[in-house]
Amino acid sequence: MSKMKKILALLMIAVLAFTVVGCSGGDKADDAEKPAEQTEGEDNEATDEQLKITMVTDVGGVNDQSFNQSAWEGLQKADKDLGTKSDYQESHQDADFVPNLETALDAENDLIWGIGFKLADAVKAAAEENPDAKYAIVDFSYGDKTPDNVVGVVFKQEQPSFLVGYIAAMMSETGKVGFVGGMESEVITAFDYGYHAGVAYANKVADKDVKVLRQYAEAFDDPAKGKAIANSMYQQGADIVFHAAGGTGDGVIEAAKEQDKYAIGVDRDQNDLAPDNVITSAMKRVDVGVYNVVKDLKEGKFPGGTTVVYGLEEGAVDIAPTSDKHVPKEILDKVEEIKKLIIDGEIKVPVDEDSYEEYLKTLE
Amino acid sequence: MSLSDLGLIIGISLMYAAPLMYTALGGVMSENSGVVNIGLEGMMTIGAFVGTTVAYFSGSPWLGFLMGGLAGGVLALLHAIACVSFAADQVVSGIAINFLGPGLALFLSRVFFNGATMTAPIPLQNKIPRPMNNLFTKGSFLDLAFNQYATVYIAFLLVFIVWFLLYKTKIGLRIRAVGEHPKAADTLGINVFKVKYLAVILSGIFAGLGGASMSIAVVSNFRATLISGQGFIALAAMIFGKWTPQGSMWACLLFGAAQGIVVYLGGTDIKVSSQILEMIPYILTLIILMSFVGKATGPAANGVPYEKNEA
Repeated sequence: MSKMKKILALLMIAVLAFTVVGCSGGDKADDAEKPAEQTEGEDNEATDEQLKITMVTDVGGVNDQSFNQSAWEGLQKADKDLGTKSDYQESHQDADFVPNLETALDAENDLIWGIGFKLADAVKAAAEENPDAKYAIVDFSYGDKTPDNVVGVVFKQEQPSFLVGYIAAMMSETGKVGFVGGMESEVITAFDYGYHAGVAYANKVADKDVKVLRQYAEAFDDPAKGKAIANSMYQQGADIVFHAAGGTGDGVIEAAKEQDKYAIGVDRDQNDLAPDNVITSAMKRVDVGVYNVVKDLKEGKFPGGTTVVYGLEEGAVDIAPTSDKHVPKEILDKVEEIKKLIIDGEIKVPVDEDSYEEYLKTLE
Repeated sequence: MSLSDLGLIIGISLMYAAPLMYTALGGVMSENSGVVNIGLEGMMTIGAFVGTTVAYFSGSPWLGFLMGGLAGGVLALLHAIACVSFAADQVVSGIAINFLGPGLALFLSRVFFNGATMTAPIPLQNKIPRPMNNLFTKGSFLDLAFNQYATVYIAFLLVFIVWFLLYKTKIGLRIRAVGEHPKAADTLGINVFKVKYLAVILSGIFAGLGGASMSIAVVSNFRATLISGQGFIALAAMIFGKWTPQGSMWACLLFGAAQGIVVYLGGTDIKVSSQILEMIPYILTLIILMSFVGKATGPAANGVPYEKNEA
């Protein structure tokens, strides 16, 4: 029996080792786009050399049909247009971030991306230990404490939220719309108040009186809770609910599907989850942001030590292209006008409670 | 608070509790036979993935539901081989299962869905049916409370079945005997290994059904974060319910009700921070555990591997 135990122990170790290997794998560079010569460990500043770029994904993996996938599409576009050579490291749990960043460093990349705010601490630590390497992070700003070799890339999520808020208010038949947030944080608050402001704007210009119900799920991975909250909102009379809650939002969309109501997606075009119910989505084009930074690097203008903010102007945020399936053309035309007003600075979309109060005053 | 608010809270409780109930019943089966099953979470995850994937490709939610259960059962078979045949540490094996379940689900998801880590959603008409849909006026108390997916009602049925199996049948008596004192059971001619295998595999099937009831009833697709902690909550509910099916059921319902109340309160004008609201289910659980439930004692030989030839 004890021999059996030993064999079993070995088997278990093998299984565990296999799992660990499985976590850090997935280095599939796009070979089709690989130009002839390949440079490794060359000077980072050399602009006509081929740049080597890699990204470390969040736990969703590279095909998460959201953030990470979008970032990877941006890098692939850069490979095609700018002749860079991109690669990725997938993380399957938070503990993978640090080893993946180290692997990326060992491969002598010219730029290492961390996708998502969850990697913020790991990227900062890596950047401080390796001042010669260049890093970039999506959806996080270190503010004044940004190391010189790091770029933070953030998006004006309040802008598409404003647009979908306008659409929701214009399309609501019950005079009530909902907002489901993941966890309160700077990013989600911007979604929240941008949406509120969009509704307030519609109330003003179209002389409506649409109210917003708001609730936070305090989780990004609890679809049952998202569904419960959305059901509760529909029960209270809301007919359109916007979510900024990641996986929790799957439940919001599910509730819309079951109750035959409307939902608004986030980050990417989520119409595929419920084609009859998701009327639009507040999209963040992570690919555009990633591509722009790579382009800057290529042109020798790497904005290290700063946080770059992308919005409507750069085409880095928008509403979903499938919006015309459900949203009437008049409203979409108005949305285009509003976009111009936002870009021109005529409308200053609020990002938190204080700026929202100020915004309301300008509407009076 | 109106009647429809109460209906909403009951509805949310049932929706939340059902997947936990399946999984907790899985824990009841396994642990009554003396095998600790920490791997419920991993078994749920694979069940959730297989359930929705089979339902998506076959168009039959029932087939998906059953296959989800079966997938959990296959993982449980591994747990049984390790813990029963090889007398391995049951906690270690359970942890390995918890790695294996999500890993396998992600890997297979990539194979079947063009590399995506989430599966495509099943259309509404191909989900598990809601037996009382359109029976009551929309938005009425009865509609809000009881217009649930069939999986919810099956969960209650399963509680009764497991109770009957454990306390009213010969095989149930054997399972409990093996969990209390395997040596005594062995001397009476009961095949301890066989009984344990049966209990552990059933436990995986139930956990797999729990996972599938998440992915084809609560939502309609699988993603990596769908099962995040439900297996452990179910495990806690089982201990809370003193290793009995009916006790576990009440524990799961309590947890569901607490979530329902949190969602209800969050939607009212009462200004409580949502972080504090979020603690309610756990605080409530602690209070009830300390004041009403009393000492929870599991099967005497729970977690101890049984080896025939030991003195």
